[in-house]
Amino acid sequence: MSKFRVMFVLAEMTDTVRIEPWLFHLKLNDAIKFELHKKLANKVVHNVGLCIALHDITKLDDSHVIPGDGASHTKVHFRYVVFRPFIEEILVGRIRSCSREGVHVSLGFFDDILIPPDSLQQVSRFDETEQVWVWQYESEDGTHDLFMDINEEIRFKVVDEVFVDTTPVGPEDLAEPVQDPLLENQPKKSPYSLVGSISEPGLGLLTWWT
Amino acid sequence: MEVINENAAMLSNYEVLTLLKELQSQNGASKGKSGKIQQNLATISYETVTYLEKTPCKYQSPEIIQKLLQELAPFSLTKAEKLQLLNHCPTTAVEIQLMIEESEERLSEEEIDKLLDVIARCLPGEPEEEQEGEGEGEEEGLVGEEEEGQEEGEEEEGVQGEEEGDKEGEDGEDEQEDEEMEAEEAIEVIED
Repeated sequence: MSKFRVMFVLAEMTDTVRIEPWLFHLKLNDAIKFELHKKLANKVVHNVGLCIALHDITKLDDSHVIPGDGASHTKVHFRYVVFRPFIEEILVGRIRSCSREGVHVSLGFFDDILIPPDSLQQVSRFDETEQVWVWQYESEDGTHDLFMDINEEIRFKVVDEVFVDTTPVGPEDLAEPVQDPLLENQPKKSPYSLVGSISEPGLGLLTWWT
Repeated sequence: MEVINENAAMLSNYEVLTLLKELQSQNGASKGKSGKIQQNLATISYETVTYLEKTPCKYQSPEIIQKLLQELAPFSLTKAEKLQLLNHCPTTAVEIQLMIEESEERLSEEEIDKLLDVIARCLPGEPEEEQEGEGEGEEEGLVGEEEEGQEEGEEEEGVQGEEEGDKEGEDGEDEQEDEEMEAEEAIEVIED
């Protein structure tokens, strides 16, 4: 069952925000905003999605200073804008690369999208020399080879999402696409990845349907 | 850190774009130590704004969205479906079928055409500057901001202005050949 219906959702969270003394000159709200962005922007929260930006702060509990620690601690209730497309959602991205594993798509701010070979339009094959997937489209005049080239815009449907609980690591640079189709793609352990499909009418390269 | 509700509300692309642009201008305006560039926020904001600016929401405003929702009322669509229509601005029947569940059962061909018409009318392709307006009852309350007309000259996918896709049931026949044929026909017409 998927109760999420759009690309961006609002997630309500609470956290105890620690504010160092050298930020005390800021207004409390600004300092908290700063800290929450530092902690969550561009990071994946397990089972929630990719956090984009703070939407608003709904409640601030009292701040406390704990003995031995000069910083103040405030429990904050806030809402964050989270990227989490729902299963069956239609999105448009760019082809980042092709490999035997399938077609890798990127949205710019989110890269871990894979369309596996089974979910490509039938019949498709992988062209070794060009390292691209090719849709062998059959019509009355015969078979046409439609190449799925890098940087082409592609409309796909989200069919699955995978959350991997990675132990706290540094921020992954999700915004930087890796273009190296000659190397074999190593299995990536990314905390949040999507599986897509283009096996339906209307899906695939935008140029196929206009 | 605790997650109270991972799906407290749905957001339209327009709201996210507005929020991010506001954050960007705040960060740009502030000086001193608090103006320190937060790399992660900057990266994700920039990339998300870049992505969203290529979508139809770039040209939307609270009034336009409100008008669209009013016009969509008689079609009895779910909240999520209306939001999808708003975010993607479909121009063809195939796209409507992708976005609305069981659209063939719930909507007749006429209604699908009417729906496409409503969308084409309400959602503009030209940038408009709108002042503050009331947020829609279903969405989060918006504080209307002046849209910074960032025209990057990029075309949106949703508003192609070509109604060829209105032919229903044409599954995947719209290939490059069709484009060439139509180009030839167009040339013929001009020559006539």
